[in-house]
Amino acid sequence: MQEQITNIKKLNKIANNIRQNIITMLLKAGSGHSAGSLGLADVFTALYFNVLKHDPKRPNWQERDRVILSNGHICPVWYATLAQAGYFPKRELWTLRQLGSPLQGHPRYHSAPGIENTSGPLGQGISVAAGLAYAIHELQKSHENVFCVTSDGEHDEGQTWEAVMFAAKHKLPNLTVIIDRNNIQISGQTEQVMPLDSLKDKYQAFNWHVIEIDGHNMEEIIAALNKAKSIVERPVCVIANTIPGKGVDFMEYNYEWHGKAPNTEEAERALRQLSNLSSRTSV
Amino acid sequence: MSSISSLRPRDDKATYMKINPKAKLSRKLFSKTIETAATRDGYGQGLVSLGEKNEKVVVLCADLTESTRCRHFAAKFPERFVEVGVAEQNLAGLASGLAMAGYIPFISSFAVFSPGRNWEQIRVSICYSNFNVKIVGSHAGISTGPDGATHQALEDIALMRVLPNMTVVAPADAIEARKATEEAAEKKGPVYLRLTRSESPVFTTAKTPFQIGRAEVLTFGNDVTIISCGPFVYLALRAAAALAKTYKIKAEVINCHTIKPLDIKTIVQSAGKTGAVVTVEEHQIGCGLGSAVAECLVENQPVPMRLVGMPDSFGESGEPDELLEKYGLTVERIVGAVLEIIDK
Repeated sequence: MQEQITNIKKLNKIANNIRQNIITMLLKAGSGHSAGSLGLADVFTALYFNVLKHDPKRPNWQERDRVILSNGHICPVWYATLAQAGYFPKRELWTLRQLGSPLQGHPRYHSAPGIENTSGPLGQGISVAAGLAYAIHELQKSHENVFCVTSDGEHDEGQTWEAVMFAAKHKLPNLTVIIDRNNIQISGQTEQVMPLDSLKDKYQAFNWHVIEIDGHNMEEIIAALNKAKSIVERPVCVIANTIPGKGVDFMEYNYEWHGKAPNTEEAERALRQLSNLSSRTSV
Repeated sequence: MSSISSLRPRDDKATYMKINPKAKLSRKLFSKTIETAATRDGYGQGLVSLGEKNEKVVVLCADLTESTRCRHFAAKFPERFVEVGVAEQNLAGLASGLAMAGYIPFISSFAVFSPGRNWEQIRVSICYSNFNVKIVGSHAGISTGPDGATHQALEDIALMRVLPNMTVVAPADAIEARKATEEAAEKKGPVYLRLTRSESPVFTTAKTPFQIGRAEVLTFGNDVTIISCGPFVYLALRAAAALAKTYKIKAEVINCHTIKPLDIKTIVQSAGKTGAVVTVEEHQIGCGLGSAVAECLVENQPVPMRLVGMPDSFGESGEPDELLEKYGLTVERIVGAVLEIIDK
């Protein structure tokens, strides 16, 4: 079993480390999605180092909690977190997007230990997670949790709402959807491309329990995800308000970094900033 | 229930026709009293039988429980039946999640909606991971009838056979549909089952050999090979009877129920023997069974071919017979196609 880390400073340090690895991965890959990957480092750290019941040495352990990543383009953060937790050697990270690498540009089911689903084309993850949660709860009569990480932008997709209705119909107690509410998508601000507000009201109208948090406040993230596990009356949606590109000033809030990787000079600047942050928050 | 009378026998028993005894076809093959049933009914029975013997089988339906014949399974195994509403994209995604947990989901709708509307979900969430999901599309072909072109799937074989990992099966009658349903559950990976709405002759029997991936030679002949799938196999048999009776032409009829993977050996062997091939299908000529056979023969055994099917056209409302007649999906058209390419 993965040891649960409760020390917030330690968790923040892990998240910072994951961010630095993301920058190096993207630099070496020469392409990929920076903003969303950096923005979700805190949520992924909370999941894999505090909230989830899982065992990196037994990636197919029947009793593990599952993570389904719907917005597959932010997979650098998933890969970096899995490596950090020990699912596979860290050196694999430097093969991202290269020929023959298990770390595909968008995730492929079981291409490396811990990668639980295929995704990339948006809007499919909640369906997959709901099917899995239904199988676990309704058919296997078991209790493992399914956490589905989604983006705000993919709520443009109609399929998302088909799945949201289905989960509510069955009151899936073991399903939690985490929305990366960073307000950007590839072409611009979400509210300009296709207004989503209020996501909270929408999910509530669909009979979900909604918790809204600061997606960079480790204590808040952990409290919300644990609360989500304890709510069994209905599925839970955690809206994590995040800063796209978090930790790198020239990437933060800038939608142009949605689908772009840093060049050498930018990566050096980014790593410098992140390591300064890290020394300030060192344990 | 409408039935396709042009798929009904007219006592055109042919003395020159040599039926493969191992095919164990119905004794009433060309009798007017041959039973009729829709392939979707065979599916409904197959599901119930699967429900009894395989606890991993779950059935999901997108608000078409009656039309797709899932209701029998739903009534008997309510705990393993999931109604997902009119939401075919979610239907495919849910199945992916259920397959991850070790279940064998059968997902049912009309073929125009699934695999029509949810093609990309099937590609990414099912095929790419080689998940054990069975996609079952009913109401394929223009014999769907009065509902019109919107509901007549004529492109589904094309959509499914282009996907890596996918197996594509179009059963020839209700008995074969039942066998295909049960075998699909045993076969690892995604399978597409193509079903039809209207009743058609049940010309195979419980003893007729069936194995996904193996085409069955139903009649022996040296002059031409007629390859078909789905209930149109019966049309091909009637054409073979007409060819024997009127022209003394011996046609080898092959039931190619599995369009992918194609039984290359059987097809190449027969084409090598007869030197002429006609394909017959209730699907667009482009990218269906005929194209699959052409792809196979052009590399292995090039012979003159004719492809009988929908001529790059949508259907329309009408009774099945009227539609088949109007769009040239008839015994006469098959006979004409044969006469065009053989040296007689």
